[in-house]
Amino acid sequence: MRFAPSAEQEAFAASLDALLSTLDCDTATRAWAGGDHGPGLKIWRRLADQGVTALTTPSHRGGLSEEDGTGATTVDAVLAFEVLGRFCPPGPWTDSAVLPCLLDDEILASTAAGETLVSLAFPPHLPFALDADIADARFLVDVASLRGFTPGAHLASLDSSRRLFVPVPGDELGPALDPARAFDLGALLTAAQLLGAGRRLLEMSVEHAGQRRQYGREIGRFQAIKHLLAEVVTALELARPLLHGAAVTADPADVSAAKVACGDAAHLAARTALQVHGAIGYTAEHPLGLRLTRVRALTTAWGTPAVHRHRVLAAIAP
Amino acid sequence: MDLDLDEPTRRFRDEAREWLAAHVPRSPLPSFDTAEGFAAHREWEAELADARWSVVSWPREYGGRDASLLEWVLFEEEYYAAGAPGRVNQNGIFMLAPTLFSHGTPEQLARILPKMARSEEVWAQAWSEPEAGSDIAALRSTATPADGGWLLNGQKTWSSRAAFADRAFGLFRSEPGSTRHHGLTYLMADLRAPGVTVRPIPQLDGEPGFAEIFFDDVFVPDEDVIGTPGNGWRVAMTTANNERGLSLRSPGRFLSAADRLVSLWSSAGRPEATAARVADAWIGARAYQLYTFGTVTRLASGAELGPESSINKLFWSHLDVALHETALDLLGPAAELRGPWADGWLFSLAGPIYGGTDQIQRTIVAERLLGLPKGDR
Ligand SMILES: Cc1cc2nc3c(=O)[nH]c(=O)nc-3n(C[C@H](O)[C@H](O)[C@H](O)COP(=O)(O)OP(=O)(O)OC[C@H]3O[C@@H](n4cnc5c(N)ncnc54)[C@H](O)[C@@H]3O)c2cc1C
Repeated sequence: MRFAPSAEQEAFAASLDALLSTLDCDTATRAWAGGDHGPGLKIWRRLADQGVTALTTPSHRGGLSEEDGTGATTVDAVLAFEVLGRFCPPGPWTDSAVLPCLLDDEILASTAAGETLVSLAFPPHLPFALDADIADARFLVDVASLRGFTPGAHLASLDSSRRLFVPVPGDELGPALDPARAFDLGALLTAAQLLGAGRRLLEMSVEHAGQRRQYGREIGRFQAIKHLLAEVVTALELARPLLHGAAVTADPADVSAAKVACGDAAHLAARTALQVHGAIGYTAEHPLGLRLTRVRALTTAWGTPAVHRHRVLAAIAP
Repeated sequence: MDLDLDEPTRRFRDEAREWLAAHVPRSPLPSFDTAEGFAAHREWEAELADARWSVVSWPREYGGRDASLLEWVLFEEEYYAAGAPGRVNQNGIFMLAPTLFSHGTPEQLARILPKMARSEEVWAQAWSEPEAGSDIAALRSTATPADGGWLLNGQKTWSSRAAFADRAFGLFRSEPGSTRHHGLTYLMADLRAPGVTVRPIPQLDGEPGFAEIFFDDVFVPDEDVIGTPGNGWRVAMTTANNERGLSLRSPGRFLSAADRLVSLWSSAGRPEATAARVADAWIGARAYQLYTFGTVTRLASGAELGPESSINKLFWSHLDVALHETALDLLGPAAELRGPWADGWLFSLAGPIYGGTDQIQRTIVAERLLGLPKGDR
């Protein structure tokens, strides 16, 4: 047993991190929210060049994942999505990543290359389709079959960069390959983004607490602030092994446990970050809000905490 | 990244499982905080030791099996899953022993460990003092040089198992006028030596789970100093990291408690009102298990246990309380009746206090792990 990312996996995550830190995701996210997709799509393509969109696609469809396990694994995808969560770039990243669980045809090659953006509706857990207006391909998982859909009414998310649409069902396209696996992978990658966002919120809080002065000293000297942040790091540190464990075992109870724990930890990180920042964090200009609202939205996307807690119980108390 | 056990590790686990299934007492032993229970636990420990299961991670020469850290974690899982008795000598095995492995002399190891392995000598931790609880560096008990050793004076308190234990370990101020972390010496003492008075203190359950220890010119020979005189604080930090970190609270006990909670919930008709909390207890135990596998991997590749052991402590102390409170809520009016859940709940309440309170752990995490500036104490 070796339960830690390998050196290559860590290097891959670090290189994505370095790349994303040069790409000004926050500006792209704000532009995306306002309907200007240009900067966001540029980020999409840059990350696609690094293989991010190919991690879950089998090699015979142009992706990086190998049947025999020698290529990219779910662990690699999870690590990449943790980094995405740290920077919160806009776009239907999860939808595109789970597509290989639903069908096996040529479209996967262009998804893996980052040329095709996929928007997915997966009722009842994913009733609204993300970025369906600009997606190149739209799929609705209807129990065991796959349909196309067209974007209906636009719904405003509390995360303004998540542009949601009511899916209007179209033609049946055939059976869905493995909807259960698609749901698990979607939940897992959402959990990974939550954890990444939570970690970033913690870092922002620690940085702020070390600089902001009140009563003649840094607020980070106050025990009340320290203790809040210690609770956050504890929650995040113990959520991560659930995430990585689920990536290794692919067990639905582990996936659901990871989704619940990463969501709870990220939510705690977000609430605490806001408290530690005070009013500056409540402004629209401050980058904190982008992550806070993303965390709240992802907490219920791909299965609410209640859904996942019930899945855990169904597995452990049959 | 994988969670697969190799063949020898799996064999080790299976052997432990089989042995425990055949030997764990069918009915629970009486509490080790009673004279009768203490004796029964000593017998159980001797039986464990005869089969070399009492200290699996120690070298064979001291009664162990040279088991790896991972094997130890798995053994603990099996131990608690089998419903085996609590470890009466846990302060010795899980705190003093690691300290001796890091700082003890070969003579000390050979003299002390084999008897500890069989619980022929049961150990108490004599750290806290009336005026030094969270602020352990404020301790006042003294060690004064004497011919061939030291004379101990002062008072320790809240010492678990001390009511019936044989020996104790703790810090004493050995340089007059020294303050805080300086001038402390880490010593071991015989609780039956002349000049020692042990006054048992009943805990919430009415049993003498801890005790005060008074030292009145108690002689301790030089060979019972751990590390060098005056350097006791550094030695003590080894103990503290073990106390908060892995060894005192391995995931096994939380996994087995969570499993019992899930069964309780199922047999109570799966009430919706507690569903989320039951799920969270299981999720927490699983998280701690996987976190521990991560720690084991890091330690195996040369890392050391540092302030992140405070994260362990914060996590399991909270988990244990939440898990037991959920169980009591599930039991309804029967929750107030003495029994494993009520007893477990009472014990869980001590978790956020002993081993350094949760407030102290949070401060350590914030300053030493997150790098926040040091503040007023
Ligand atoms: C069941 C049990 C078993 C024990 N077994 C042992 C044992 O075997 N050996 C042994 O030596 N000791 C033992 N202890 C004692 C334990 O280690 C101490 O209780 C603990 O260190 C806290 O000290 P205190 O009780 O004096 O509380 P205090 O230090 O007086 O603390 C009281 C409260 O004030 C808070 N506080 C204190 N200082 C600060 C600060 N700087 N910042 C924020 N909050 C602060 C604490 O968190 C706590 O909430 C045991 C305790 C219990 C409950």
